[in-house]
Amino acid sequence: MVQALGHITIEALRDLGRSGWFLLYSLYMIVRRPGNLVHVLKQLRFIGTKSLFVIVLTAGFTGMVLGLQGYYSLSKFGSEGMLGAAVALSLIRELGPVLAALMVTGRAGSAITAEIGIMRITEQIDALETMALDPFKYLVTPKFIAAMISLPLLCAIFDVIGIYGGWLVGVKLLGVNPGAYFYEMENSVVWRDVYSGFLKSFSFGVIIAWIGCYKGYYAGHGAEGVSKATTESVVLTSVIILVWDYFLTSVLL
Amino acid sequence: MITIRNVHKSFGSQKVLDGLDLDIPDGKITAIIGPSGEGKSVLLKHLIGLLQPDSGEVEVDGESIVDLRRSELNRIREKFGMLFQNVALFDSMTVFENVAFQLQEKTSLSKGEIRSKVLAALEDVGLKNIENKFPDELSGGMKKRVGLARAVVLNPKIILFDEPTTGLDPIIKRAIHQLIKDTHAKFGFTAVIVSHEIPDIFDVAQNIAMLFRGRILQYGTPEDIKNSDDPAVRQFISGSLDGPIQMI
Repeated sequence: MVQALGHITIEALRDLGRSGWFLLYSLYMIVRRPGNLVHVLKQLRFIGTKSLFVIVLTAGFTGMVLGLQGYYSLSKFGSEGMLGAAVALSLIRELGPVLAALMVTGRAGSAITAEIGIMRITEQIDALETMALDPFKYLVTPKFIAAMISLPLLCAIFDVIGIYGGWLVGVKLLGVNPGAYFYEMENSVVWRDVYSGFLKSFSFGVIIAWIGCYKGYYAGHGAEGVSKATTESVVLTSVIILVWDYFLTSVLL
Repeated sequence: MITIRNVHKSFGSQKVLDGLDLDIPDGKITAIIGPSGEGKSVLLKHLIGLLQPDSGEVEVDGESIVDLRRSELNRIREKFGMLFQNVALFDSMTVFENVAFQLQEKTSLSKGEIRSKVLAALEDVGLKNIENKFPDELSGGMKKRVGLARAVVLNPKIILFDEPTTGLDPIIKRAIHQLIKDTHAKFGFTAVIVSHEIPDIFDVAQNIAMLFRGRILQYGTPEDIKNSDDPAVRQFISGSLDGPIQMI
């Protein structure tokens, strides 16, 4: 029992150290050898452009439900005019960065792990190594750069679509004054809210690329190994995003 | 010259290499034979630093490759080409892109020069008009040939072959073996082939090492191996079920 517990602890520590090294080496490689522009553009298309549809869809409905719930709560205090500010602050400070990151995790994070995992089990990564080419330069660094650029942009799109989703429900369906919706928003949202949201998105981009690449790079054997790595990648990335979000919010508040 | 001295390697509680010694001479084709699961591929991966020994020494042209920094290891890996058991072609790239990849990344050749080199390498292995196909559109034998073209395109000094004919029909097997002999005669590289192909490998290799229980049981010319008195070597060559090599 004690031996098994010790073994699990040692394994967990080893995994922690290895993943920490993986992150540091990836960041070092971004500075040292950022890789081919074509590889980065391909990843930008995959992580960024191809996530647009799911981001727009999620953002629209998130904004609409915020409009509904916000109107219900604010109308109890006779403050329906504050709806625009409530929707915008919720989205820009919190829901935009977090939900956009969770959507990208589900769509692109899992695919990153599966792609690198399959390359691992079919010895394609070993082939790169035998050619004296650093696999990080081709497989990891472009994904990090693309995720760090895409996430803040996707978050901005999420915020804008969400605000208009709230406007659609609040103003068009429930009759909130359109002037008040945007005026209160402009009054309440400050630059600090916007950049804290972008900072969160940027760091979530790093987390998605880090865990996605790491889990794929060290995937176990066979199809089962890749499947396990993909599941772990999505779950771990989502959990780390939520935990990191709490700490970052408490610092940036 | 590749020198392996007293190499030990275990995976968990399973000991795979147990004090292995072997010298692989320059410019020759050396085959490593032995029962399945004895660590032949593990040994091959030690030669190029994909695996590190638990203890012992691996030297390439007098330079140790054990516990080297990545940049130093890559400098030594420039001497190598490798054909993997499952070929390990990049599956998101075409045949042309697979063979051209190293030329694009490691040389300053123009597009036209790269194109002519790639087509020449493909022609050397008997392939024409397939450069725009993806690996999953090729047969097993064609994949092996593309893998060989990718391995020789930069004229490496040493080429490692990990079971180059596994899963192929007898005719393609012979064709691949002939191709290895022909390309070796043309380029003069040092070849290390992990193989099960008895007796075909006797016609291909100039030296043969039999790996058994984590060590080299016998090393010599094909004639030495064929005439061996060692019961394990004799059993392996004859494919008999009776003898020191036990099926698990």
